[in-house]
Amino acid sequence: MQVAPVLAALRRHRLAAMLIAMEIALACAVLCNACFLVAERLNSMRIDSGVDEASLALIHVDCDQCNGNDVNARLEGALRALPGVQSVAAVNALPFSDRAGDNGINLDREHYVAVPHFYLGGPGAAETLGLRLVAGRKFIPEDFRRSDIWLSPDTSVWISRAFAERLWPGQDPLGKEFWSDKFHFTVVGVMDHLARPDPSGRRGPDASEYAVFAPTAPGGRTLTGVFAVRAAPADLPRVLREARAAAQKAVPEGVLNLDQSRMVSELRQRYFHQARVMASMLTGVIVALLMVTALGIVGLASFWVQQRRKQIGVRRAIGATRLDILYYFQTENFLIVTGGIAIGMLLAFALNIALMRIYELPRLPLYYLPVGAVLLWVIGQLAVLGPALRAASVPPVVATRSV
Amino acid sequence: MFSYYLDLALRSLGRNKMLTALMVLAIALGIGASMTTLTVLHVLSGDPLPGTSGTLFYPQLEPRDMDGFEPGMEPPRQITWIDGMNLLKAKRGDRQALMTGGAVPVQPAQSGMDPFYSDARYTSSDFFSMFQVPFLYGRGWSAADDDNKARVVVISRTLNDKLFGGKDSTGQTLRLKEGAFRVIGVLDTWRPNPHFYDVNMGNYSNAEDIFVPLTTSRDMRFDHNGSTDCWGTGGGDDDHAETQPCVWLQFWVQLDSAAKVAAYKEYLEHYSQEQKALGRFERPVNVRLPGLMEWLDINKVVPGDVKLQTWLALGFLVVCLVNTVGLMLAKFLRRTGELGVRRALGASKREVFTQLLIESGVIGLAGGVGGLLLAFLGLWLVRLQPSSYASLAHLDLSMLVMTFLLAVGASLLAGLLPAWRACQVAPALQLKSQ
Repeated sequence: MQVAPVLAALRRHRLAAMLIAMEIALACAVLCNACFLVAERLNSMRIDSGVDEASLALIHVDCDQCNGNDVNARLEGALRALPGVQSVAAVNALPFSDRAGDNGINLDREHYVAVPHFYLGGPGAAETLGLRLVAGRKFIPEDFRRSDIWLSPDTSVWISRAFAERLWPGQDPLGKEFWSDKFHFTVVGVMDHLARPDPSGRRGPDASEYAVFAPTAPGGRTLTGVFAVRAAPADLPRVLREARAAAQKAVPEGVLNLDQSRMVSELRQRYFHQARVMASMLTGVIVALLMVTALGIVGLASFWVQQRRKQIGVRRAIGATRLDILYYFQTENFLIVTGGIAIGMLLAFALNIALMRIYELPRLPLYYLPVGAVLLWVIGQLAVLGPALRAASVPPVVATRSV
Repeated sequence: MFSYYLDLALRSLGRNKMLTALMVLAIALGIGASMTTLTVLHVLSGDPLPGTSGTLFYPQLEPRDMDGFEPGMEPPRQITWIDGMNLLKAKRGDRQALMTGGAVPVQPAQSGMDPFYSDARYTSSDFFSMFQVPFLYGRGWSAADDDNKARVVVISRTLNDKLFGGKDSTGQTLRLKEGAFRVIGVLDTWRPNPHFYDVNMGNYSNAEDIFVPLTTSRDMRFDHNGSTDCWGTGGGDDDHAETQPCVWLQFWVQLDSAAKVAAYKEYLEHYSQEQKALGRFERPVNVRLPGLMEWLDINKVVPGDVKLQTWLALGFLVVCLVNTVGLMLAKFLRRTGELGVRRALGASKREVFTQLLIESGVIGLAGGVGGLLLAFLGLWLVRLQPSSYASLAHLDLSMLVMTFLLAVGASLLAGLLPAWRACQVAPALQLKSQ
């Protein structure tokens, strides 16, 4: 197909061609960024929490004036007695539950460097949660010390690999120390993953796994009334139902937190609900955008075909085949869309930079541009197909008519 | 002339239904999407207390030690117990209230109802009059109740419905934690939006269900929720929160004139200097006195997602408009023959231009109606979301008018270029080529 005559003809319709190109350019810019936002959201939703979500549930009882040891003993006994329960352990929070304690830490007793979430767990908690240790040692009974304020002054902890990399990039974190206020910590283990309760919270995507797991003896102020319950995934819904009833019965003076006493999979589902809604809304915008763009092309192309009926007739009369006519309109559309995409890529980057500045988004990965371009090419070709087919069916005899 | 043009426009639009439908659809989609997001933005950035918000201020003091000091830092966004009590007792504003949020266990008297936690606000007596809180029954407590740590409680209409079946419950007893409280007031439905007086507790959450005097809440050792920021030796120990170097309270003051605002700011500076002289404050005097709306801005109350959605929707509207420009161009240029005849019969360029613009206006109006329907649909979808602001998303009259203005304005804008191009047609040439 020769491009030169198409270009020559386009030059006579500069305004209309420019409008389509501009529409494509804008669509390209919005499309690339909207797709990127959707991908970002979906990505954040895929985070590995580091615990066995499918087999875990949380039971949370608030009890203000209660004796911690007494409440824990009754609650733990009641939960353990339920059929199907594999293990039970005192914790302060789980991924996607309410946060229980974010504390700033420092490496030199002076300059605070990061704010991880402190997960506290009683004996057996690491096994109940299914935390995967990749380096270091398991906890020994001496690690579980009791404290009435928060933690014991000196605690051996596990940290997530991501957090270790943040604190000591490229170094072996085992045996390293850090402080939070007057509390001292020694790293004895590194976990594959452990997500904060709010992985996409306000501390940013990098901080999603800034988490510390600290062994503590249950019963103190910080480890009372909250238990992780482990059961086979198939049993879990029933176990949770029974565990809720059992907890209320075991601690009648406390208040069962119905909002938090759920399966971890439910908590996760709920935590990401908003992100999911936003992603589907953005997808809706993308679809509507492509539709409007396609309809615009259909409208203008139909107009062009009608306007050029006579010329098409002449071309057909002097020997052009139907395919030639079809190719002509397809090529024309391809050229215009290509022009639009060229401008659109620049616009997409400009928009991304603006979004980066205002909403702290990461940079648009380059591979979005060719993908967006191919999508727009396909849409353009499909949209122009109808009018082009109509053009191809113009009979040569039109050339001999006066109008 | 206008009605004639209108008639022409309708005829012309009827002649090519497909193209007309495409244009109306494009405008409707663009308008629908942008109005949905603009409405949400409008609702969320609204004034929680129209009329009085201009007289409410949020004093910020700088009580921290020199650790981590940098010049130009914003003072903490809350206040310590000592400073809060000092400002409250000084009564330098027309009204003032010190407050914080929490949750208290409610022990219903009815058997068969489990105890539950309820969101509570611990505050001082001016809270109700300053924020113009509507009462269904009874009234708020007095300053004397504050001083006496009185066991009195004001409850929300929702809680009154739940516990007392909606009857006038003033004088009844309500058990909170271990104490018996006398109900002295029941609020009418009250949902200031945003939840401006304490942005730690969810920006668009409901107002609390239980209100008790701040002093009583300390006396009862009620749990305090929200953010607590400490420095120095402060450990956030809740039992001794009064003396800890921690900020955990909100203080609001009502100042009815600009002169009083200036005087109050001066008073805050004096107060800071005095505290510095006493050795309590270490940093240089740094006081701020943002107004209510300014305070909401500082706290970035409107969610980022909502702003992002609005920008995307506006981008979408622009694409739709460019699309409409193209379609109108096609439509108008197709009629150059007809326009040529009109020009030859004596219509001026201006008249032809007006005629075409009226046609675009009609398309815009139709698009506006379509857009409105789509916006209703969009807002209905927004209301299905679980976010705290979802239930607030309703189209009010101003946004309704705005929809049509935006639709007609946008389509007129889109019609300008095509109409101008169509006017450039030389009548003679058109007539000859027929």
